Amino acid sequence: MKAKFLIPLAMFGVLVGFLAIGLTRDPSKIPSVLISKPAPQFKVPQLIEDAKTFAPADMKGQVWLLNVWASWCVACRVEHPLLMEMARAKAVPIIGLDYKDKRPDALKFLAQQGDPYDLSAVDLDGRVGIDFGVYGVPETFVIDKNGVIRYKQIGPITKEALEKTILPLVDELRKS
Amino acid sequence: MRRFIALLLMALALVSGWAKEAVPLAEDPVVEQRLIAISEEMRCLVCQNESLAGSRSDLANDLRRELRNLIKQGKTDAEIRDFMVERYGDFVLYRPRVKPETYLLWAGPFLLMIVAVTVLLRYLRRRDRAVVHEPQLTKDEARRAEALLREGEK
Repeated sequence: MKAKFLIPLAMFGVLVGFLAIGLTRDPSKIPSVLISKPAPQFKVPQLIEDAKTFAPADMKGQVWLLNVWASWCVACRVEHPLLMEMARAKAVPIIGLDYKDKRPDALKFLAQQGDPYDLSAVDLDGRVGIDFGVYGVPETFVIDKNGVIRYKQIGPITKEALEKTILPLVDELRKS
Repeated sequence: MRRFIALLLMALALVSGWAKEAVPLAEDPVVEQRLIAISEEMRCLVCQNESLAGSRSDLANDLRRELRNLIKQGKTDAEIRDFMVERYGDFVLYRPRVKPETYLLWAGPFLLMIVAVTVLLRYLRRRDRAVVHEPQLTKDEARRAEALLREGEK
């Protein structure tokens, strides 16, 4: 009972603890609800061979990345070299989703920066993006052999995220 | 004076000339009304301090377009909320749903109130007991008590 005066201090400590944890979290990163759910179905024209279409079902049996990008997106330029590196190493198939872009701009972007994508699908009006819960470009999804979304990278892929999370996950998913 | 009145009337005529009925922005005011009602309850994901109804961000525009389509398809408000939650999570809703994950959130304030009231009542009761109720003597009784005490001294 002597330590009664410590109670408010202890409560303050708890409060500070919660606030401290809050500070370390990025409020702009909203956890995706689509993790462990089948990737939404869509069928849209491809960017380069515009007569052809792409649907996620085409990738069945493979582990692949869906990278949402756009030529107007500045952060996409940040992650682009990493994507190029992955493409050179043939680490994993990367499908681009060209989000709310103009075709000539997108083609120019790929011509200038290089094209790391196995192919890019065109999401002209952002409808596919909405189904994937995209709220900022770039975003990258790791999709397994059965077409289930396993991971979502919000914002540009970093070297750290790539080496510690994405590539190990791809390896693991390939084995299963 | 007459000139002044004439001027005033002219001014008023001008004002009434401006006062037109607001032109509805969308073809269908009913749809728009529902869209506003629903999207005011949702958070814009790009600018998180704005509602989906109030945000001018590109994504908010697209989402309002999607919601407009859903309304035109005759979807209920609940179905439209599900559409959004399936894609963006509970985070889009300003009013969190009542479910196991949010029980504490909804009940928390009431629990805290119960705890606070209990603590307060216990404190008051304890204080009540601590106060010693000394019986007050009337003047007569005091005189008698004094007399008795003096008697004892002898």
